[in-house]
Order: sequence, then structure tokens, then C-alpha cells
Amino acid sequence: MSTLETTLDSAEATADDTVPTVGGITASPSLVGVLTSSDHKVIGRMLIGSAIVGLLVVGALGALLGAERIDGDGTLLRESALTQLFAGYRVGLVEAALLPLMLGMCVLAVPLQLGARSLAFPRAAAAGFWAWFGGVVLLVISLANNGGPFGGQADMVSLYVAANALTLTGLTIIAATVATSVLTTRAPGMRMKRVPLFSWSALVASIGLVLVLPVAVGVHIFVYVDYQYTKAAFGAANGITDWTGYLFTGPVMALFALPAVGFFAELIPVVFKRRMPLRGVVFAGIGLVGLAAFAGVTQQEVIGLPWAGSGLTLSEPLTKFADLVTFGVLVLVPLLGVLVVLGVSALAAKPTKIGGETVRPNLIAPFVLAFFGLDLILLGMAATALNGVDDLALQGTVFEEGAAVAIVYGAVVVGLAAVAYWFPKLTGGMVPTKPVLGLAPLAALAAALASVPYLIAGFTDQPANAAVYDNDGPGELLNVLTTAGHALMALVVLAFAGLVVPAFISMITTSDADTAGDAAGDNPWDGHTLEWSTTSPAPADNFSVAPTVMSPEPLLDMKAAPDFARSAAAQSTGAAG
Amino acid sequence: MYALPPAPAAPPRRQVLVGTAVASLAAVMLMGGMLGVFVLQRERTPDGELWVPQGVQIPEVPTNVMLISFGTLVLFAQWAVYAAKRRDRSHIGIALGLVFVIGLAVVNAQAYVYNRMELPVGETAYAGMFYAVTGAMIALVVIGLVFTGVTAFRLLGGRESDQEIVAAHALYWYVLCAVFSAVWLIVFVTK
Repeated sequence: MSTLETTLDSAEATADDTVPTVGGITASPSLVGVLTSSDHKVIGRMLIGSAIVGLLVVGALGALLGAERIDGDGTLLRESALTQLFAGYRVGLVEAALLPLMLGMCVLAVPLQLGARSLAFPRAAAAGFWAWFGGVVLLVISLANNGGPFGGQADMVSLYVAANALTLTGLTIIAATVATSVLTTRAPGMRMKRVPLFSWSALVASIGLVLVLPVAVGVHIFVYVDYQYTKAAFGAANGITDWTGYLFTGPVMALFALPAVGFFAELIPVVFKRRMPLRGVVFAGIGLVGLAAFAGVTQQEVIGLPWAGSGLTLSEPLTKFADLVTFGVLVLVPLLGVLVVLGVSALAAKPTKIGGETVRPNLIAPFVLAFFGLDLILLGMAATALNGVDDLALQGTVFEEGAAVAIVYGAVVVGLAAVAYWFPKLTGGMVPTKPVLGLAPLAALAAALASVPYLIAGFTDQPANAAVYDNDGPGELLNVLTTAGHALMALVVLAFAGLVVPAFISMITTSDADTAGDAAGDNPWDGHTLEWSTTSPAPADNFSVAPTVMSPEPLLDMKAAPDFARSAAAQSTGAAG
Repeated sequence: MYALPPAPAAPPRRQVLVGTAVASLAAVMLMGGMLGVFVLQRERTPDGELWVPQGVQIPEVPTNVMLISFGTLVLFAQWAVYAAKRRDRSHIGIALGLVFVIGLAVVNAQAYVYNRMELPVGETAYAGMFYAVTGAMIALVVIGLVFTGVTAFRLLGGRESDQEIVAAHALYWYVLCAVFSAVWLIVFVTK
């Protein structure tokens, strides 16, 4: 197979020594096999696992920086270390936690949802993962050696910028493979309007990332060359945050969290046991969230394009009409998109009757997590909108940080829900339901505590990225709450990992794949999309035969019309003939 | 396991072509973003200061030749597509070989431009940005050369039915030609 081979063919995938199989089912892969695998499930797991480790580190950093800011004196940590910690925290939130988690979900689930045997360009996706991983390692090295913005070691500052570029390049490659997969590897009959809602959100998000991240890479190249040689055009150390900081705040964060919105929409038909009403409207809503990509492409407020940034001055809306339009497109329209998804979901929640009996919703644990997570994303996006109103003078305060944390932690909570939801397809087992249900309110509380106090502290003018500030108001209490929120989030993620890892280890150590599949069953959530038509865990090439799709909910079709399989088989036989 | 009916053989979805289109989109965004910042910084040059340092001249002949080379390069890439459709191995080989040689000539011309300009990278803001933009462009050309090599090995190695990769290869060079036209206009002509 050459480097340009787009998919693993079945025979090769099954015979591949990197993915040992027992009766066609993935089992007991060796460490080397895992690290060199191009199986999308393995790459997705590595992305999600790395993101969980990143989350633990970011949560600890957030707690540490919150504690540092409690008394407003900045006495807990060395001042020289603060810039590195702030940089690691803000960059880590997006590049080490949010983006790998969201892309990990896409890499893991999209081919299964599409009825594909593998991701498009699986080796490119693996290369993207390792580029991202190497970039993150270099970021940590640079920050630990007095690099990063305002760092004292010039070489390490340069390394920080280069590592950022490498990280973003890796993520771009992964996003490109996801987009190509949705565009080209759909099962026969799965026209674009029949694509599962999560896969649609993955397509919109990945194309958005392909638009946004290369622009950021270009900026990093400029900043690197400037810092390395002239320190003239981009403001040296200041320039690093001024020119690259737009990736870690503001409207573009909505794009990064978009797969979380799609996952929530994906669960609605499963929970309420019906077809998604107004699917086209949900598609449009998800697409509207994707418009946040324009915020990244235009680098938000850094570049003085004709509309001069995304800020809005309420006191003079008519004279600043251009700002109003920009603000609407970059900030309000993505927010409207999430509201559209929530609105249609509320319609789906309307009680229905089948055979005279009211259908009771199946409130599965992943849905509870996802519901809380989406609410937090909505809160973060609304806060981002407020942050863009110049009259409120919130820019440069911790309000911005609170909004970003709400979006990231909200998406993380949804990401944990996605892991629990698709866990059977990875391991054949279930994540214990009751503990996950117990973790859901804790995760929501942690995310709310980590973000909301800073949304309040922003109005008291607590400055962003600073440990010393005028602590006259309720600053101490608010920072205590934020510290507790980050610590609690780290604990929740740790507890979730504690639930997931044993089942995962048992999958790795068991040699009897049939036994491994007993725990969950093939369709434990009564799902409607294609991933639930294959075995748990999914075999190395996902599907033994390519399934036919005749509606957006192929498994629901089977339940609704018992003779569906026969008629569809007849049709497909005719088509084949 | 649900017994969904098996599907007929999946129709070809032009995966290499679509993947190349997505990668080309990323290349366009990379260079578009860099050119946008280049223009912005040029506009921000304070009154009385020179954007291009005194005495620095971009040699026009090699940069114009680079633009013309890109035009001929896409012509030969399209010739490869035409020949691949007819499974004409000798013409595929000649066309891809010419694409490779002209691509190398573009890299050589850029190196010549650097050499003639004698502009130290650390001298001014302009110098750093000039090298960053043109260096990124050359990196994309080198990726294109690798793509040309892979395409040639596949087709000349016997996979003549794989016409999609030749089309994808041509698409990449078309996109690079458009991108270079923008670089030529913004960096080499209007400076």
C-alpha cells in the first residue's frame, strides 16, 4: 500500500499485524501495534486519551492560577513562572484539550456512522496525530525552559512558536482527513441529507478548521521569523500573544466546539425514540455555528480589515453599522445556530404516542452529560457576545477567560458523553451507567464554577492573565470558586478515566473477543445510525459487508417495517445487477 | 447484529481528488492568510519610512519567468491527465517529467532571486516577511514535486488505471499556479 492509498482494504486491515483480530474483532493489540496503527478507532482513542491527559494538566494549571489570584497579591507563585503558566493554560485549553478531544470524537465515530471501512487517508491522520503530539511535547519543553510569550530564553520562545505551528499543522491534517471521509466514504444510499447529524457537524467543523488553522500557521511562521531575526514587525514577545491569541478566545471557539453541538443533536432521536423532526433546519443550525470560522479566518480583531474587528459599540450602532454586521455574522449567527439546534430538539421532546401509549424518553447517561455540556457551551457563546460589546469594557478582563473556559469545559463534558456513548464500539463493554449519571451534575458544577465567577469578576475589572489586581470587591470569593471549579473538573475527568480505563484494559488483556462483546451488545442505546448495526467492539474494518442506507435512520427503518430488509435487499440486488 | 441488507459495490467517490482539493484549500488559506498579513504590514508602514529597504531590488526577469513557468507547468500536468485517459505511458512519463523539471526550475529561480537580492533576513521587517512568504510558497512547490514523483511512480509502475491521481496532481498544480499569481502580484510586483 502506498502513501496515497485512501483506505485500508478489508483483507489487509484484517491481516495487519498492528491490529490483531480474534474472529475478525479487534483484540489485544501490542503497544507497538497501537502506536503505529492507522486504524481510525486507534487514532481516535489516542487523540481522546491524550486530550484527557491534557485536560488533567490544564485543570491543575487552572486551579493553580486561580489560587494565585485569590488574594490579588500574587504571592503564591514566582512571578517569572506566571507567564509560562498562563500561556500553558490558555494554549492547553484549546490545543491540548478541546481540539484533540473534538477531532478524536470525529476520527473515532465518523467512519462508523458513515458505514465506511476506514477513515480516508488513515496514514495521513496518524501522521497528523503524531505531528500534533510532537508539537504539544515541544510546547511543554519550551514552557518548562522559560519559553513562551515573554519568556526569558530566546531559543525557547522561538521553539514555542514553532511548536504551536507544528501542533496546528497536525490538527489541520486530521481535520482534512475527516472532511474527506464525510465527502467520499459514505455508505451506498447515504446521500448528504441522510448523513448522521454528528457526521454533518464533523464535516462543517473540519472544513472550518481547514480554513482557520492554516491561516494561524501562516501567522506563526511570520511571528517565528520576526522573533528569530528582527523583532520589528510583530512586536517581539508582545506580538506572540497579540498575533496568535485570537485562536484561544472569542467567536472562533464556537467552531472548535461544533462537534459537541452535533453530538447533542445526534442523541435527540435516540433519547426520544423518534426520527429527528426538521432535520434540514438542524443541518442549517449546525452550519450557522460553522460561520464562526470567519472569525478565525479574519483573525478577529487583530487585523484591521474594513469592518475593524468584531467589537460592537451599542451607543452608536448606526454610525458603526459595519461593526454591527460583523458582530452579527461572527458572534450572533453561531449563537443562533446553537439555539436552532436546541429549539428543534425541544420539538422532538414533545410526547408522542405509538399504539395509544405515550413513548417515554430514554434518558441515557451520555444525554444527561451532553445536555449539561451544551448549556455551558451556550453560556460561553453568549458571554463571548457580551465580551464583544465595547461599551461594557470587558475586553482585557477575566470575563474573556470565563467565556473561553465555559465553551471548552462544556465541550469537554460533551466529549466525555461521547466516549461513554461510543464506548461499546471500542471495547465491547459499557461504561458503568450510574457512576456516569452521578458525574454529570458534578461535571456541570465544575465547569460552571470554573467559568461563571470570572464572568462576574470581569464586571469588577479583574484583569486577564494577571495575578496582581485591586481586590476591593468580591474578587477573593470569586477566585476561590474558580479554583474549586478547575480542581473539581480535573477530579471529574480523573474519575471518568477511572471508569473507562479498567474496561479498556480488560479489552486489551482479553483474548476472547466474543466474551468481550457480551457486556454491551451491539446496540445498547437503541441507536438509529449505522455504527449500531455492526458488532461491539467494531471489527478492524468496521463492517463485514457495506450496508445499504435508505433514510437518515436506517436502524429505525428496520424496526418500523419488518419487511424492510427483504425489500431493500431486493433493491440492492437489482442495483448490483 | 442487525441484518441490514448488503449494498452493491460502492461507486467510486474520487477520494484522492477530493482529498487533494481539501489539502489545496488549506494551501490557499495558508498563503492567503500570509499575503493578507503582508499587505496589512505594508499598509502600516509609518509615513517617511520605506517598506522595501533602500537599494533592495527584486529581479523582475526571474520572477516573471517563474510565473510563466507555472503556466507551462499546469499545461504539462493537464497533458499528463490527457495521456493517462488514453493509457499512453510514454506521454505520461514525458509530461510528469516536464512538470518535475519545471518545478525544480521554479525552486532554482527563487534561489536565484534570493541570491541576487542580497537581503539579510534580519535587516528589516520587510526582509523577514519576504522570506517567510516566498519560503512558504517554495515549500508548497516542493510538496508538489513530491506529489509529482509519487504520481509518476504509480502510473509508470503499472497502475495505469489510476487516472484519478493524475487529475488530483493537476488540480494541485492549478491551485499552486493561482496562489503563485497572487504572490507574484503582491510580493514581486506591488511589493
